[in-house]
Amino acid sequence: MSSRDSILASIRAAGRTPTGHPQVPTFDQYHPVALERFQTSLELIGGRWQAPEPDIMELAPFVRRLFPDGTRFCSVVPEVASDYELSSFRQPAELAQVDVGVVRARFGVAETGSLWISEAEYRINALGYLPQHLVALLDPEDLVGNLHHAYQREDFRQARYCVLMSGPSATADIEGVLIRGAQGVRSLTVIPWARPR
Amino acid sequence: MKAVDHVAGSKKFLASEDHVSFHDRRLWDLRQGRDAQMRAIPEWQELRTLASQIKEHTLGQLDHYLEMFERNATANGVKVHWARDGEEHNRIVHEILSQRGVTSLVKSKSMLTEECEMRPYLEARGIAVVETDLGERIQQLDDEMPSHVVVPAVHKLSRDVAKVFADKLGTDPANADPYYLAEQQRETTRPIILGAGAGMTGCNFAVAETGAVVVCTNEGNADLSANVPPLHIASIGIEKLIPRQEDLGVFVRLLSRSALGSPITQYTSHFRAPREGGEMHFILVDNGRSARLAMDDFWYSLKCIRCSACMNTCPVYRRSGGISYGAVYSGPIGAIIDPSFDLKKYSGLPFASTLNGSCTNVCPVRINIHEQIYRWRQIIAEQHQLSYAKTMAMKMAGHILQHPMVYRTASDMAGIALKVLPRGLSYLPLNVWGRQRENPVPPAESFRQWYLKNRKQDTSA
Amino acid sequence: MKVALFVPCFVDAFFPEAGIATLELLEKLGCEVDYPLQQTCCGQPMANSGCEKDAAATEQLFVDNFAGYEYIVTPSGSCTHHIRDHLTAIEQTDTVRQVRTRTMELVEFLHDVLKVKALPWARFPHKVGLHNSCGTLRALRTASMSEIDEPFFSKPMDLLNMVRDIEFVMPARPDECCGFGGTFSVGEEPVSARMGYDKVRDHKQAGAEYIVSADSSCLMHQQGCARRLGLDLKFIHIAQILNGAAA
Repeated sequence: MSSRDSILASIRAAGRTPTGHPQVPTFDQYHPVALERFQTSLELIGGRWQAPEPDIMELAPFVRRLFPDGTRFCSVVPEVASDYELSSFRQPAELAQVDVGVVRARFGVAETGSLWISEAEYRINALGYLPQHLVALLDPEDLVGNLHHAYQREDFRQARYCVLMSGPSATADIEGVLIRGAQGVRSLTVIPWARPR
Repeated sequence: MKAVDHVAGSKKFLASEDHVSFHDRRLWDLRQGRDAQMRAIPEWQELRTLASQIKEHTLGQLDHYLEMFERNATANGVKVHWARDGEEHNRIVHEILSQRGVTSLVKSKSMLTEECEMRPYLEARGIAVVETDLGERIQQLDDEMPSHVVVPAVHKLSRDVAKVFADKLGTDPANADPYYLAEQQRETTRPIILGAGAGMTGCNFAVAETGAVVVCTNEGNADLSANVPPLHIASIGIEKLIPRQEDLGVFVRLLSRSALGSPITQYTSHFRAPREGGEMHFILVDNGRSARLAMDDFWYSLKCIRCSACMNTCPVYRRSGGISYGAVYSGPIGAIIDPSFDLKKYSGLPFASTLNGSCTNVCPVRINIHEQIYRWRQIIAEQHQLSYAKTMAMKMAGHILQHPMVYRTASDMAGIALKVLPRGLSYLPLNVWGRQRENPVPPAESFRQWYLKNRKQDTSA
Repeated sequence: MKVALFVPCFVDAFFPEAGIATLELLEKLGCEVDYPLQQTCCGQPMANSGCEKDAAATEQLFVDNFAGYEYIVTPSGSCTHHIRDHLTAIEQTDTVRQVRTRTMELVEFLHDVLKVKALPWARFPHKVGLHNSCGTLRALRTASMSEIDEPFFSKPMDLLNMVRDIEFVMPARPDECCGFGGTFSVGEEPVSARMGYDKVRDHKQAGAEYIVSADSSCLMHQQGCARRLGLDLKFIHIAQILNGAAA
């Protein structure tokens, strides 16, 4: 008997009586869609909210100014020119040389300050984790109120890989001291910026 | 196999005031963080009930959902394997790696792989395995088990980490600054991640209807381990199944709030299919879970989502440290699942409890932990796994307390200095009681003696 | 109203004053109190050690002593919890079921059955730390639990608030277990003692002169710890305060 069959047989032999799957509400009454809520939640988990001056036309200089010491930008958004041709990366590991990655999140979750990003946005998934810093553009229209709404979206079913990114990499494994920028990106900056129409 | 001696382990831990007071305070802080999140979410109790119901529903048809998961994952291009036990799991992992010539593996945290004792198995066969989670890496370098399922090195102070890193990584032994140490781990681990032939992750939730595996971390090390090397293997305990994608809303909202008092982990990663040019394998592991599913008193423990809220609230765990439990799973959840792996070895764990019930109150999936601890005690006694001394003390107590005349003779206190407890209370040996406490002072007369003197009534008996 | 009084084995042996105060208090409140003379114990120590079989005869003796009473009252939360929730080593006849459901801890009885509204004889001009044992708190639910977001309620505090000049102080961890846990107190002595030390220090730093509880077992353990530490704390059962004890 294969392991598969023996495990399934063992489970069936356990004789548990099936019970119903409950209806899961969306709890809208507690979690409105609100950009302000997103911003507060983001800052709570260590992300930075950087809204550009209202009259700026070009995003790229603004982004560059946020990282005066960073010279190597890898951008996968049209708003910011990239120092790298993406096709020049043969292996994801090569992204380790990048100072700042720039990506656009498909949507955000107000409840937790999370950004949804998949391989379609990253182009190379490691862009979210190997650079020293990450900048994510978020269209304020692309917001859901809470995780229940997030998980009703088709986006998850189409993506091979996707992440709900909530702030930068962090750890408190050594004597409870909170350290932002553990192994992944040292900082996450979210810039509200409408999608190109 | 000798039984784990929790008492000895706890004594060792308690010997260092610095360690025990930090450990207790740190985990109590996490418990309070959980409380604050609970108070901020009016629907908290409803979420717990939903989570419990979803898990119960899934476990009631686990075969059906495992088959659905396998079907969908396979259609997504993932290779799905099944392992009856830890040994088989390790063989499968080794086969996948050796077939592709992989000699360096990086992994994110997985209690299941600890259960399977995978690392020594692979290392003995020439595959280097590096833990990428900071807490797990500290423990790996120190050759010690993780002591907590979420913060594996919480029993260590930064000076302990400094010593481990100095010995094993060549860092500055005089520098115990956590920022410095974390940076050292980042710098020394990164090249290994970049050069690894494969990455392994565990699994927090496996979604049957999409075939996706969900992994929650704060460091992003699962994302690194899975997205940098070309091959990703995920080890999945069969109880991690949940039916629908939308169920994740309930569990992801409960997990980090219960564990750390934060609304969500920094990274909630969803792996549904291999990337272009990459390869993905899932290993579904039983290792005693289907056997536990058949236990009427204990199958509820399979609802566990490994949040560690029970450990953080447990006053015994906080003061004895996870290492004292001698098992992959410690604290209250350990006390109820470890005996199902090895009753004799873990027969002491259900007694490392005051049955206070706080764990049951904080469990996000409503496992009746303290009630299961009580039930395990009955089984352990029935199977003769209690110590001889305890068995005899209980027999004697039972004998005395069932015979009123014998009890009263034993209780007679008049004018006798307290040398031994009344025989009816002999289950509390005074030489042990008195190590760190003053003995109770016997009164001049017992209640019964007072009653007979002051209120004597003619009750027929 | 006629009630039967159950005085647990260790209360009988070490804290008779709690039993006496219970008896006197019930009488003051108009109850006729019987004390079945053949009683010994409820079986909890054996059952909690896994030895339900060794508890059986003791449990049967308990039922035999208390069958037929409408109310069985005891100054012990842990025993009440055992009787109501775990007295299962013996066959569950109608009599057994009846005795089990009719057993009440003193605070429960005063609050829910007698619905006491005043204790005119009671005055306790001291700073008091209330210790709710885990049995009364989480099993019998005589007060709200910090792990659950429920509105505050406390039956013992309702009763103690009827005592003139009493002052409450709150420890930092009001409902953390004190570490007695029955045979845990000797079976896991190192952790038990540490938990007791932490508990009494917490009450002391909050300013308590007295620690009061509905469970003498917890008090016995905490008192042992406080005395070994040389802490100036006194310990008293809630029955004694409600009955009018001055100190």
